[in-house]
Amino acid sequence: MSSTTLLKESGPREVFCGLTSIVWLHRRMPDAFFLVVGSRTCAHLIQSAAGVMIFAEPRFGTAILGERDLAGLADAHDELDRVVNDLLARRPEIRTLFLVGSCPSEVIKLDLARVAERLTGKLNGRVRVLNYSGSGIETTFTQGEDGALNCLVPSMPVSQEAQLLLVGTMANAVEDRLKNLFGRLGIDKVSSLPPRQSTDLPSVGPGTRVLLTQPYLTETAKALRDRGAEILQAPFPLGTEGSRLWMEAAAKAFGINDIHVANTLAPLMVRAQKALIPFKERLTGKKIFLLPESQLEIPLARFLHRECGMELIEVGVPYLNREVMEPELELLPHNTRIVEGQHVDKQLDRVREQSPDLVVCGMGLANPLEAEGIATKWSIEMIFSPIHGIDQAADLAELFSRPLHRRELLNNKLLVSA
Amino acid sequence: MELTLWTYEGPPHIGAMRIATSMEGVHYLLHAPQGDTYADLLFTMIERRGSRPPVTFTTFQARDLGGDTAELVKRNLREVVDRFQPKALLVGESCTAELIQDQPGALASGMGFNVPVVSVELPAYSKKENWGASETFYQLVRGMLNKSPSEESDQERSPTAWKSQGRRPRVNLLGPTLLGFRCRDDIIELEKLLDIHGIDVNVVAPLKASPADLMRLPKADLNVCLYPEIAESTCLWLERNYGMAFSKTVPIGVGATKDFLEELHQLLEMPAAEPGQGAQHLRLPWYSQSVDSNYLTGKRVFIFGDGTHALAAARIADQELGFKVVGLGTYSREMARPVRAAAKELGLEALISDDYLAVEAAMSEAAPELVLGTQMERHSAKRLGIPCAVISTPMHVQDVPARYSPQMGWEGANVIFDSWVHPLMMGLEEHLIGMFRHDFEFVDGHQSHLGHLGGQQRQSEEHQAQTEHSSTQPHEVPSSEESPLWTPEGEAELAKIPFFVRGKVRRNTETYARQAGCRHIDSETVYDAKVHFRA
Repeated sequence: MSSTTLLKESGPREVFCGLTSIVWLHRRMPDAFFLVVGSRTCAHLIQSAAGVMIFAEPRFGTAILGERDLAGLADAHDELDRVVNDLLARRPEIRTLFLVGSCPSEVIKLDLARVAERLTGKLNGRVRVLNYSGSGIETTFTQGEDGALNCLVPSMPVSQEAQLLLVGTMANAVEDRLKNLFGRLGIDKVSSLPPRQSTDLPSVGPGTRVLLTQPYLTETAKALRDRGAEILQAPFPLGTEGSRLWMEAAAKAFGINDIHVANTLAPLMVRAQKALIPFKERLTGKKIFLLPESQLEIPLARFLHRECGMELIEVGVPYLNREVMEPELELLPHNTRIVEGQHVDKQLDRVREQSPDLVVCGMGLANPLEAEGIATKWSIEMIFSPIHGIDQAADLAELFSRPLHRRELLNNKLLVSA
Repeated sequence: MELTLWTYEGPPHIGAMRIATSMEGVHYLLHAPQGDTYADLLFTMIERRGSRPPVTFTTFQARDLGGDTAELVKRNLREVVDRFQPKALLVGESCTAELIQDQPGALASGMGFNVPVVSVELPAYSKKENWGASETFYQLVRGMLNKSPSEESDQERSPTAWKSQGRRPRVNLLGPTLLGFRCRDDIIELEKLLDIHGIDVNVVAPLKASPADLMRLPKADLNVCLYPEIAESTCLWLERNYGMAFSKTVPIGVGATKDFLEELHQLLEMPAAEPGQGAQHLRLPWYSQSVDSNYLTGKRVFIFGDGTHALAAARIADQELGFKVVGLGTYSREMARPVRAAAKELGLEALISDDYLAVEAAMSEAAPELVLGTQMERHSAKRLGIPCAVISTPMHVQDVPARYSPQMGWEGANVIFDSWVHPLMMGLEEHLIGMFRHDFEFVDGHQSHLGHLGGQQRQSEEHQAQTEHSSTQPHEVPSSEESPLWTPEGEAELAKIPFFVRGKVRRNTETYARQAGCRHIDSETVYDAKVHFRA
């Protein structure tokens, strides 16, 4: 492992909780519904996080706990049964219902696992009811997806077949492209978790090799390993280098001839690196500060430094899983400052001191930093944009160069008009 | 337990955040878990605010729960006072912290800070955002005034004190907040309006007020309650404790602005104002009277929003634009009574609900030609293919315009004319385009919030029309025993009716046919029904 500087910080945080991941999960599986069991705050959080980005009919909702539920006047189990029945009557197309635990439901120790089991039995297999926690006291932002996928694992059918399993939500178009490329390498059986239909779960077993597409799937990876799958160690498929190493890890595990792999990927690499040039020119030498939010910070930092020439001031992560991040950490430059956890005020003090050219941060912090003259990029955009794979490297770089480009445009115009 | 897919109001601590963020020199210590910071983006994104809300979240985690969360609160309190040096410290908790009962307010009061500490307890499992804002504002005003009792509190106050003191009368403008609807511009408009009438503004609060400003509130002759959802409880308290009268008319619309000025002149015992004084730029009445506006006559309008804006909209629509109000409602339960009364006067039953699906169903049923609502009604109206203007929070970033666009006062009336009539003209254009394309159903691509119900209904209607067109004989519908049958001729007549009232006409005609004992509906039945329901 390289000698990165690992620091821990605690204090007030400016990070979403795991419930937020429902915003992309519900779009991935259109036959699933996510029912948060929580408070009005939970309902307001999801609609606020989602409302800025989507206008679709929601396949998520909140069973809002009221005073009667807390005082024990109403049996929470009966109440939840009633809410679920109403919901399924209105949405008969739903095949999987996720009961999502929240801070209040965890604090009052509502046993959602028991509720889910009972409801699944009662619904007689028509709807599978699962549960996981997206509470802020236990999870951050993208960890919610880890919880959701982890609770799907026990339902996956058994298979001895040799296959590649891609784990983590990606844009559909990018997923198709990657499957096509694996096919060219000679890996024909490639499936995905989460699937595009919640009932269409991939199989798993001793022949299964897993590539994580996202760096926040610790528990899911463990559960898959327990089902006999092998978790392949690789950097994450962001940028040309990470994507190549990621695909090569699969090729190696499937015993594919090195020369064939090199011949297949080389033309893609040449093309992608050419496409990167204009963005690299703009980003080289620029200082970037990544605030903790999505867990993508370390792979992004690796890409921005190694392929775009950016200088890493600080890389914040909500939490650090060394095992999952090992291949990424090895690629980071000597003495990269990695800070796990957050004290948002102190961290913003450091941002101001260092005056970076670009800050990657959450939606609550972006405009205040912009108003101080610091260019920003929303970290949540990385979750919603098709950025995975060799072919997407230039698009990924473009996301970071756009705020800088925009500043140049606006400043020039202001000078002209002044 | 209540199933909620979308909510008009956030939890009550969001209301408290609105008060803290609106003011200057106030910091809010919120005992809350990780994730509750989402609320910051309401301010920094919807309002495009260039600074962080002055709110510190204690961010407790599961592992803290076994230990000492009270110590965590204290550590954060010390840091907040040290770092931000607020002029007043608000202390409260969000829904989860309420369950663990650390009582951060009591903790803060015991720490000997040299800062006024105001503790706000907002029951998260029974109350909502506007209530939380109202309660917080009231607690702050009370806390600040009680902490430094001035000699003024003992004085017998009168709205006419200005006369004996030989100065212009002065008032407080109470209620404007961030994330309120156009509060920023309403204040500017009202300050201008009052100045023309010789009235000074003493304090505007909570927006841009400091804790010291709150202590100056009793120096005014009168309180103006601009947004009762936020300011009424404070006005009542100031009336009880400081003998300060307050005005109750909300000056949105021409008539209401006139009434507002009259109320102020009366309360302050000022000589009545010249009619139209300062109103030379008011254009709504003339625009409404001009011949071009004839087509607005009797336009069916559906209104839903917070209590204040829904009431104002109903009055303007009915009395100033000549629309026909076909639906009126609010999500503000606190305002249910006046909204019910206003609806009754319009011959309607008010819709008091915080279920947007119920609102969309009522909207669909009322078959309006214009919807005035919140951002959610805009979505619903879009799905139903009906033009819409936003008149109330909750709102989106596009409802916080860069330009000056108040709702209150004379200029507010002008802004309202433009913003309600423009979507309507566009609606008309869209309709014309549809007619020329021989495609009345251009909205079919949108799916209703009612979902499958809305979509299927329309689909089945279309399907029915197609199959019945293809055969020359009316055929039996197996499911209904007494439903009259539409002949192809009747269907063809129905198809000529604009899509947004077609469903209503279909139902009315069927009702009429049943009453009249017609088994088949042809074009004559459609005309008969039309006359029947008009009579």
